[in-house]
Amino acid sequence: MIAQNVVFGVLAAAMVLSAIGVVTTKNVVHAALYLVVVLAGGAGQFLLLGQEFVAWVQVLVYIGAVIVLFLFGIMLTRAPMQPKESLDNDLKWPGLVVAVALVGILGALLVDAFEDTEIELEAPTRTIEVTDAVFRTYIIPFEVVGILLLAALIGAVVLARKD
Amino acid sequence: MTGVPVVALDPLFDGGEITWSVFGVVAIKVVVAFAFLLVAVMLYIWGMRKVIADMQNRIGPNRAGPFGVLQTLADGIKLFFKEQSIPSSADRPVFRLAPYLSIMPAFLMFCVVPVGGRVSILGHETYLQVVDLPVGALFVLAMSGLGVYGIMLAGWASGSKYPLLGSVRATAQLLSYEAAFGLAVLGVLIQAGTLSTRGIVDEQAWDGWASFATEWYWAAAFVPFVIFLIAATAETNHPPFDLVEAEQELVGGFNTEYTGIRFAIFFLAEFMNVITMSAIATTLFLGGPSGPGLGFLAADNVVNVWLMPVFWFLVKVLALLYCTIWVRASLPRMRYDRLMALGWKYLIEVAVLWVLVSAALVVAREEGWNVWVVTPIVAAAALGAFGVLYLCMPRPGEHVEEFR
Repeated sequence: MIAQNVVFGVLAAAMVLSAIGVVTTKNVVHAALYLVVVLAGGAGQFLLLGQEFVAWVQVLVYIGAVIVLFLFGIMLTRAPMQPKESLDNDLKWPGLVVAVALVGILGALLVDAFEDTEIELEAPTRTIEVTDAVFRTYIIPFEVVGILLLAALIGAVVLARKD
Repeated sequence: MTGVPVVALDPLFDGGEITWSVFGVVAIKVVVAFAFLLVAVMLYIWGMRKVIADMQNRIGPNRAGPFGVLQTLADGIKLFFKEQSIPSSADRPVFRLAPYLSIMPAFLMFCVVPVGGRVSILGHETYLQVVDLPVGALFVLAMSGLGVYGIMLAGWASGSKYPLLGSVRATAQLLSYEAAFGLAVLGVLIQAGTLSTRGIVDEQAWDGWASFATEWYWAAAFVPFVIFLIAATAETNHPPFDLVEAEQELVGGFNTEYTGIRFAIFFLAEFMNVITMSAIATTLFLGGPSGPGLGFLAADNVVNVWLMPVFWFLVKVLALLYCTIWVRASLPRMRYDRLMALGWKYLIEVAVLWVLVSAALVVAREEGWNVWVVTPIVAAAALGAFGVLYLCMPRPGEHVEEFR
């Protein structure tokens, strides 16, 4: 258990530092790469909990597809090698306030809900249990999310067309 | 499983505790796999040059070592001692990072490939593969998705126009074929009913010569097999899909600005990917290490346990590698629009329809429906769907006006 706590601490520290990097760096591509580190840290945390399916899906979908599309979009539009001006805008301070408030509320909730409870780590969830949950128990929310994403996709195409 | 998450199915960890000898077995496996891949790449590059030279009535490399077999090593040593330059407009940290990002996925993907059967090392029963993840097939897909980072960032970080064009082109190609690649893998997963690579290989176990066609998935999943081979060739940027490195239009491609050992690492990664992909294809479609043992020896003889599975694995991988070399020597580079049309209009559609068809057939088998009624209906439905999609496709040049 001690080894797991140490690894958790290291991963969490790396994630927090990279998350700060995402918002402070002056280069859009570097920000995307910091985001990769944050997401990979998340995948590592899932592995620590023995949830391999979720961990590798996180790598496959977020790192392998979402960020790649971000980077692809950045390259196709503007790939500023030496950014001339900073990426900040007027919403910097409201953003900070919202972020701090969110950390406070969520942290207080977690502490309030669990206090000193020790959570026993269960046996790893098998893939078949995950898929049964998605395709049997939660089939309707799953399909609704699918249709929502499809609608967003078609909406993006409609908005982007210039006729 | 006393509250400790298990991340591998290997019998090595059945005891539940990690002793030094278990650690030693894992370390040996990792080092051997690493060395094996490096030597294999060296030999593959030499073999490729020799075979292509033979097909073109040339001699090929014949100076360094017997039959020129040390030519790759000599090239590698030369590149290692060359001066490395970084363009002044480059993004230095990313420029340095990119080669490693491109070689890591190829190594990691090989870790889940079953190379042999169940053997005993240092007194521990274990599978002859670096790690047997319960979600091995998913890991393969995740790693093939990461491969694009090296190429994309190399092109961008070079701070120069041709590499950027090359890497944008490469990224589009890799993303397009990733979908077909994943759907082809899905075709096998539906048949096997497991995500573990060891499980997939076990499903294709050798059971007499008929199992060549009845057990191995290349026949049961023939369409995914063909799609996998095409998509894997495109994913590894091998000819005829090597638009990433078009010397005529792009000077060189995403690696134009790279020199010395960094260039060598890209080169190594490209060929290592081909070997890894062949190993994955062997695992998914050709039964991995399954094959007949030597009948005149006992089944638990060391030759039958250790050597024959590895022998069959290597034979299958070499056969696939020979085919890629053959294709490389025969076909010219594809035109870019045809590359995209092939990927989006045909491979993905056929792969999706095949997944639906084979899912329907598997359900029919499990529910005990009449196969001779279900199969024609499903096949007709799939062909009809493909026909409708085909008729909806824009013909070349048809939609140009509308989108301008």
